[in-house]
Formats: sequence, structure tokens, C-alpha cells
Amino acid sequence: MRRLPPVAPLTVASLALVVIGGILLASSVPRQPPLAAPAALTAVSAALVLVSAFLLSRLKEFAWPRFFLAFRWALLAYVISAAMIGFAFVRDHTRGTSLALVIVMLVIFALDVPMIIAFTVARYSSPPYSP
Amino acid sequence: MAAIPAGGRRGVDMTDIGNVQAGPVAAPGAARPRVQVVPLRGLPVVAAVVVFVIASIAGNWLWALTFCHVAGGALWTAVDLFVGLIVGPILGRLSVPARAEFSARFMPAMVLLMPTLVLMTLAAGFQLALKEGNLSAANPNHPWLIASFCVVGVMAVIALGVLEPANLTVLVEMRKERPDAEVIALLMRRFIYTAGITGLMQVATLIIMTRVATQ
Repeated sequence: MRRLPPVAPLTVASLALVVIGGILLASSVPRQPPLAAPAALTAVSAALVLVSAFLLSRLKEFAWPRFFLAFRWALLAYVISAAMIGFAFVRDHTRGTSLALVIVMLVIFALDVPMIIAFTVARYSSPPYSP
Repeated sequence: MAAIPAGGRRGVDMTDIGNVQAGPVAAPGAARPRVQVVPLRGLPVVAAVVVFVIASIAGNWLWALTFCHVAGGALWTAVDLFVGLIVGPILGRLSVPARAEFSARFMPAMVLLMPTLVLMTLAAGFQLALKEGNLSAANPNHPWLIASFCVVGVMAVIALGVLEPANLTVLVEMRKERPDAEVIALLMRRFIYTAGITGLMQVATLIIMTRVATQ
């Protein structure tokens, strides 16, 4: 029996926080949104994804080639998605600190989803599922 | 907890939804379908849709934004409701080989279709709400739009954090020389339950959007 670290739940939690932060920001547009709550959520989200990446990096006997294959392609797809969302905010005249926060959130979003996908794909190609 | 089969293998906590029907992935004598995780032929269509949505936002074209939001949203809702409330329960009652064969043909299409529809609907919808003034705090639609953001947020976390990884993992598993029926059964259960939840969330979206349109 092999227990893997909680990479997927941590990354899903990070994604959920960044989505909540995004909702808080988007619900204030076109006014200048209050940034304290979204910034705090983003900070916790970033911390969770870093912890998740750290736990992931310590894994041995893991299907790393499969992980990176899935991660690369998913990253490409979600960078395009994030860029499109970012473009909409820029187009709508979001500037300064708000824009910086949106960009950080989008970076976390674009990392979270590929990490969840790649981890889920690779875990079933790693022992004990595959020798 | 998932049942621990005779081989000593154990399901994974995140996917421990119920008992697992293990069995051969393909029926005896039946040829396994060749699985393509991402249907490459669909990529130009996706690229065209993305370019169209970007142009609509850049040009702030009312018709194009409305088209992207309404057409994308209608397809997204219809597919989610159909899959979650009709296909999902049927799939749950099929044998593992039947599920696997269905998934091999169905899931690659979903891998491209759903993210494209979601992107199209949300990006155009947000821009449309801004253009129409619905996001202004004084607008009577504002609370309804915030409610729709929350519904979409829940759906996004379920779809991106649970549903899509499960779909892709099933497809990758089916490309293996000897796919593990236990893994496929576990992940298909995840797919069936989460598709049901997003289907129900779409009912909430329908109520909110019809409300917004008639305020």
C-alpha cells in the first residue's frame, strides 16, 4: 500500500482560493475593487501551491516523464486561457495594483490546473499501479 | 474506502467513492478502440473560436459578444445537463468494458469541447455584462451576476480540479498496453458524480440567467 502526499487536494484548494479571489475582484469591476481580501486569498493560494510543489518534488518512484508530458501540454492550454482572461481585464482598463494582483492570480491558476492534471495522470502510471 | 482487490492494490483516497467493479477493460475477443487523448483535428476549430472571442472582446462587438455568450452558454448548459443527468446515470449502470469503450470515444471530444465552450461563454459574458452596465453596483442585475459568478466558481473548481484530470487519466490509462480496469472504474465514478453535480449547478445558472434577462 502506498500513500502519496496530498498534492491534488492542496492544489485544488489553491485553485478554489484563487477562484474566490477572482470572483471578489470581478464583482467590483468597473469600480476600483478592495484588494485586501483578494490579496490575502492569493497569498494563501500561492503558499498552498508552493507546498504542493515541494511535496511533489520529494516523490520518488513517480512517473515523472508522464507527469512532465501532461504538465507541458496542459500548461500550454491554461496559459492561453489565462492570457485571454488577462486580456479581458486589460481591455477593461484594470491597471496598477489591481492588474498586478489579477496577473498573480492568473499565474497561479495557470500552474494549478496543469499540476492537478499531471499529478492525477502520473500517479496511476507510478507504482503500485505500474511497475 | 474502495474495496481492496485480491491483487493487493488499493484505490486512491481522493477517488474513494464506493466499491469498484473490476474486470477486463475490453470484452474477450473485442478489439480495443485506439484512444487519442486530444483529437488533433479539433484544434483548428478551437483556435478559430478563441480568435473570434478575442476579436469580439477587442472590438467590443455587441452582436459577437452576445452570440459567443448565448451560443456557448446554451451548448455548455445543454451538454452538462445531458451528460450529468442522463448519460452519467446510464454510464454508471454499464459494465466496465462498456464504460471503457464509450469513454474511449466520448471523452476525447469532451477534452476539447468543454474548455472551449466555457472560455467562450465566460469571457464573452463578462465583457457583455460590463458593456451593458450589469456589473454596476446600482444595477438590479448586479446581485444576480454575483450569484452566477459563485455558481460558475464552484463549477470551475469541480470541472478543473476533479472532472478534467479524471477524464484525461482515463484516456491515458486506456492507451496503455494493459489498462487497469480498477483505475478506470474509480475514475469513471468520479466523472459520473461530478458531472451530476455540475449538471445541477447548471439548473441554478438557468434560473439566474433567465432572471437577469427579464429584470
